[in-house]
Amino acid sequence: MTISGKPAGNDPAPRLDRAAVAKRAARDLVDGSTVNLGIGIPALCANFLPDGVELLYHAENGILGFKELSAPGEGDPNLMDAGGKFPKLVPGMAFFDSVESFNLIRGGHIDVTVLGALQVSRTGDLANWIIPKRGIGSIGGAMDLAANAKRVVIAMEHTARGDTPKIVEECTFPLTAPGCVDEIVTDIAVIKIDRVSGRMILRETAPGWSFDDVQALTEATLVVDGEIVEIS
Amino acid sequence: MPINKISNSFVDAVADIPSGASIMIGGFGGAGGQPTRLMMALRDLGVGDLTIIGNVAGISKTTGYGWPEHLDPIDHGMFFESGQATKITCSFPVPGTTNPLSEIERAWREGRAEVDIVPQGTLIERIRSAGAGVPAFYTPTGVGTPVAEGKEHRDFDGRTYLLETALSADYALIRAQKADTRGNLQYTGTSRAFNPAMATAAKVTIVEVDEIVEVGGIDPERVETLSTYVNRIVQREAGDPLP
Repeated sequence: MTISGKPAGNDPAPRLDRAAVAKRAARDLVDGSTVNLGIGIPALCANFLPDGVELLYHAENGILGFKELSAPGEGDPNLMDAGGKFPKLVPGMAFFDSVESFNLIRGGHIDVTVLGALQVSRTGDLANWIIPKRGIGSIGGAMDLAANAKRVVIAMEHTARGDTPKIVEECTFPLTAPGCVDEIVTDIAVIKIDRVSGRMILRETAPGWSFDDVQALTEATLVVDGEIVEIS
Repeated sequence: MPINKISNSFVDAVADIPSGASIMIGGFGGAGGQPTRLMMALRDLGVGDLTIIGNVAGISKTTGYGWPEHLDPIDHGMFFESGQATKITCSFPVPGTTNPLSEIERAWREGRAEVDIVPQGTLIERIRSAGAGVPAFYTPTGVGTPVAEGKEHRDFDGRTYLLETALSADYALIRAQKADTRGNLQYTGTSRAFNPAMATAAKVTIVEVDEIVEVGGIDPERVETLSTYVNRIVQREAGDPLP
């Protein structure tokens, strides 16, 4: 596992770096799934597939079955992913238009989407498209994915600037979709959301982080249900 | 008389677009599938009060999104920089960063442009619906968000949906890889995106292509956009350095 530097401020131990967060999120991707990765930390998940796992990566712009990116300078503009990067042409890949791409999403055919977030609430509400202070934001495919993927995983840093909590009782930012998040993987914790009971269950913590340490940086009330293990 | 939809130049192809027109711009965002030469011709035409309909729009110039590193990106921001456009409907009008500020965000901040942000799946289905003669449809996307405000809600089988309406335009500027002289189209790779649906949803569809072939030069089993949807086709010059 990669751990970045020494602990910051009042942190009891270092937080995981972005790659380690992606690696942990990738561990839950089930062999054979159709998966859509958002930009940022989620996109890094593709680099950390467990051995023996094959996934069909979907991108909104009309591509299914892509793998690694082309070398810098060698990409084809007509072979793009939704983050504006250029994957390699590989066997089994499929191209299609945006009608088909969103039939796949809206029709509930995406098994898992891994997205970033600005805020996630205790009941699984997601806000990730606009910062109210800026007044303008971009939705892209996020609302369709959050509302319609079978499973929604958030991979993000646990707090915003100044340790402002991003995991909150209720989102104060405009929503992307209500009650959609199943799991949050951050740089200090893995949290499951039981949307039926409205509970946020702390499952895993980064090395050196206790339940209380994670709760101190989390506005929403966390609960314990079973053993808390170290993120590995 | 054989049908022939070839325009001789990009200038000719857009010459009748008036001020106040609504213009769909195909592709996804980024260079692939973007009708870049038609966009430049429309900018040079100089007409104003345009409504632009796109998807990921105006973020390439400041972020390089979807463009090879060695080229200066060209995007929808050109119509806001020139003051020609007063409105954009799209799913992704601004990048994550405000440094440097994109032309669309600058125009919005200065009160020169209205920005209408639509979830991408809703946007493409609204366009598809316009072309398919469907005036409105229900979608689960956007329920419980600002997108839902003022819209009809209806439950089907225990789930709540929003009523969204079809979206058409006066003109669609689209990009394809190959056309025959009649206007049948084929695309390549991820350049499809919004192009095939937009071709069906405008009063006039103008297509920028890399190659025009005679009728019979496209396998009828592999026609992707039917010639009936297409009004004009313009071929790029051989060796055009733009993707």
